Amino acid sequence: MSLIINGVAVAPPADPRVSLLDHLRETLHLTGTKKGCNQGACGACTVLADGERILSCLALAVQYDGRSITTIEGVGQAGALHPLQQAFIDHDGFQCGYCTPGQICSALGMMMEAKRGLPSNVTSDLTAAVTLDRAEVQERMSGNLCRCGAHNGIIDAIRLSVEAAA
Amino acid sequence: MSIIDSAKQTAQGLVMGALQKLVPLAPDSWIPGGVPDPLIARKHGLIGTPVSRLDGPLKVSGGAAFSAEYRFENMAYAALAYATIARGRVTAIDSAAAEAAPGVVLVMTHRNAPRMKTPAMFGTSGSAVGPDTVPILQDDKVHWNGQPIACVLAETQEQADHAASLLRFTYAELPAVTALAAAKAKGVEQGLFMGQPLRNEIGDAEAALAAAPHKVDRRYTTPRHNHNPIEPHAATLAWIDGVLVIHDASQMVAQQAQTMAEVFGLKADKVRLTSPYVGGGFGSKGLWEHQVIAAAAAKLAGRPVRIALSREGVYRVVGGRTLTEQRVAIGAAADGRFTALIHTGLSVMTPHNAMPEPFILGTRSAYAVPNIALNVDVARMQTLANTFMRAPGEAVGTFALESAIDELAGELNIDPVELRIRNEPDKDPTSGLPFSSRHIVTAWRQGAERFGWRDRPETATRREGEWRIGMGCATGTYPYYRMPGAKARLTLTRDGDAVRASVEVAAAEMGMGTGTTTAIVAAERLGLPLDRVEVGYGDSAIPGAIMAGGSQQTAAIGAAVIAAHNALTAKLLKLAGNDSPLAGLSAKEVGSDSGGLASLDDPAQRESYASILKRAGRDSIEVTEAGSPPLEFMHWSMHSHSALFCEVGVNDVTGEVRVRRFLGSFDCGRILNPRTAASQFRGGIVMGLGMALMEETQFDERSGRIMNPSLAEYHVPVHLDVPEIDVIWTDIPDPHTPMGAHGIGEIGITGVAAAVANAVHNATGRRIRDLPITLDKLL
Repeated sequence: MSLIINGVAVAPPADPRVSLLDHLRETLHLTGTKKGCNQGACGACTVLADGERILSCLALAVQYDGRSITTIEGVGQAGALHPLQQAFIDHDGFQCGYCTPGQICSALGMMMEAKRGLPSNVTSDLTAAVTLDRAEVQERMSGNLCRCGAHNGIIDAIRLSVEAAA
Repeated sequence: MSIIDSAKQTAQGLVMGALQKLVPLAPDSWIPGGVPDPLIARKHGLIGTPVSRLDGPLKVSGGAAFSAEYRFENMAYAALAYATIARGRVTAIDSAAAEAAPGVVLVMTHRNAPRMKTPAMFGTSGSAVGPDTVPILQDDKVHWNGQPIACVLAETQEQADHAASLLRFTYAELPAVTALAAAKAKGVEQGLFMGQPLRNEIGDAEAALAAAPHKVDRRYTTPRHNHNPIEPHAATLAWIDGVLVIHDASQMVAQQAQTMAEVFGLKADKVRLTSPYVGGGFGSKGLWEHQVIAAAAAKLAGRPVRIALSREGVYRVVGGRTLTEQRVAIGAAADGRFTALIHTGLSVMTPHNAMPEPFILGTRSAYAVPNIALNVDVARMQTLANTFMRAPGEAVGTFALESAIDELAGELNIDPVELRIRNEPDKDPTSGLPFSSRHIVTAWRQGAERFGWRDRPETATRREGEWRIGMGCATGTYPYYRMPGAKARLTLTRDGDAVRASVEVAAAEMGMGTGTTTAIVAAERLGLPLDRVEVGYGDSAIPGAIMAGGSQQTAAIGAAVIAAHNALTAKLLKLAGNDSPLAGLSAKEVGSDSGGLASLDDPAQRESYASILKRAGRDSIEVTEAGSPPLEFMHWSMHSHSALFCEVGVNDVTGEVRVRRFLGSFDCGRILNPRTAASQFRGGIVMGLGMALMEETQFDERSGRIMNPSLAEYHVPVHLDVPEIDVIWTDIPDPHTPMGAHGIGEIGITGVAAAVANAVHNATGRRIRDLPITLDKLL
């Protein structure tokens, strides 16, 4: 059994109670993924599992046997940042930086959901291709809390990255 | 609160009182800021240039290490058990199952905890930052529902959490005051803030109110709030060779280390506390019981410990903002001029702390009124100690005051912006001091123009489908403070023909941008490029004590850097000697410019830092200096201001309120870094929107227990709740502060709830005086 974390195979925990979040942070020392509530309410622990955003605090590590997990460390490192990470800096899309890795991973997953045509609660035409306008991005990112109030910068960073990628 | 603490507060109040009588009389030139900081006149430097935060790359890549991300060899994990009664004694503890559970290292209760002093309560001395006067695991007494009564250490967090769930406690309950009505029935007392009564009386406000031709007299209420930083409180600590090393999340680094040293009977240098990154604080990231318990458990077990509070644990251990009940009454003449202003009411604290919510602070300096009566009474309830949360006092006080002004504007049929401007004071109405810098009218005019205030509809007239649309405004205010104790260490190190500078301050960075603005200010003052300056902070080993609180950290750092720079200049001149082009000049006659010192009269007469060091055979030079005594805010009335504009839609069917537009127009002195400053303003406004529309810590008046200790049930604004927020500022320097700047961490939240409530009234004709403005109150 193994999990693929940022392209590297690692052993699952012996204790089946260990969440994917705690496995990342406490066993693998990949502390870029944050614990904000440990009950799926804040989004700080968001990672990508085979490209889909999940809350790693609500995921048992042993459930992800054979799955490919991308954490913020796998998105980009200081000196070689992903364009979305750079956009967060340019638009001041954070203050304390604690919710930031979750926001970035969530945004990456969200963009792929939109590309696949998944509608959201504010999508008016369910048959058309999804356009990530401001309201769509706001709605789709509302599971990621920010308490410093960097919401405007976060949405700006994501929207400009979407436009740049289009 | 003990008698000793009361006496200390009284003594502190007497000293403050004496200073406040003498300092206003002194000539300006004797007061720090009496001679304007030369940086204020420099218009084309780094100050005012937007700079991205220097720690950005680390934060966006997950590389910034927060307190729960440090590790020690052989570290154990802590879990706490919390009392389930509000007051009484623990009479029996069954810990057999917990002790037998896999991986358990230690079960610590009051029975086996090491003997420790109670942390000195915040405010009882310059370094005291304890939350209250409750001993920590030293006896069997329970003081609030949720108090930690046991700590389990285990090899993993899962094992510790499981073992803690197996502990069984038997209690002998005592009667507890957990209902507000019962607390009030027991009697109220005068609220004190910084040792002085929260009370002002000028003229006869009640008589003037009775005689006024136009008046409002209303009651406003605000609930308890929790800070809810996304990083839960945590510490990773170890006893290493007699030194307690703590990696903490702290907005008061040096003070917390000092208080911890006293708790364990150590010399101050035997506690080392670091806190380079703090995942949000808003007043909450200080010393609470969990760090003391973890250090005690680490001592008892002989193991390093990580204590990371669960989100529920944060609600049980870390206090929030307390509730208020406020009366605001304003009397006015027909032309709108105020004749009476009454702002009184009640705040709640505990029998074991001293933090009334000082909601009259902003009112003291707000409007020109001949008759003023302000007062805060306090009732006491058996709860977790409440504490300061972003703009303590002003955040909730402005809701009441600025709502009442809107109500009065309606009575008078005067535009609420004009009504405020008509009552603009020319000196501080309660202290009589001159204002250091007050350009609130400019902020109002610029804000009204940009927002399109003139298009405000008549009350309850504008609709878009099922949405009623309205606009509201309010004033925000927060004082300029500067606390004593700040020091700065400046080091210049030769690097070939250039130098590198390091600036170290015992400050805290929770995302305000302090590290970045400190680098900007130091680079500008030293005449060096930004990339030649490195900033150190968040470490108790750095000299001095600075607190990220009261929006004063930037000023405290600024003044310390001024002092250090002056000392550095003198030391460099001495080192330069008679062979230097600067020979014969005194420190007052030179300034820093382009990597060296230059004559102020003739900038061509100069020598670079590197040249001075090289000729003296030195690799580096270092100075540590304390900032000037902070007397300026007793000599002038010093405040930041904002003019806030809000447009809401209120759904006629569901009562839902959506904020559609928001503009904050700020008058906060000179803005040092527009990029991070805009984020501070917006961040405060977003928290204000939460306070206006959704935030409430729900408290069970029967059991004294917080009922919504989670981010699922305590609602904070999410992305879809936050519109694009426009922020502008006057950028007029305050001539009497370092760099002409004011701290801006708290001004943003003030006034916001009133602006929203006033917009809701404009949209619907419904006046909501009880926060938060949830849809049930509008149906």
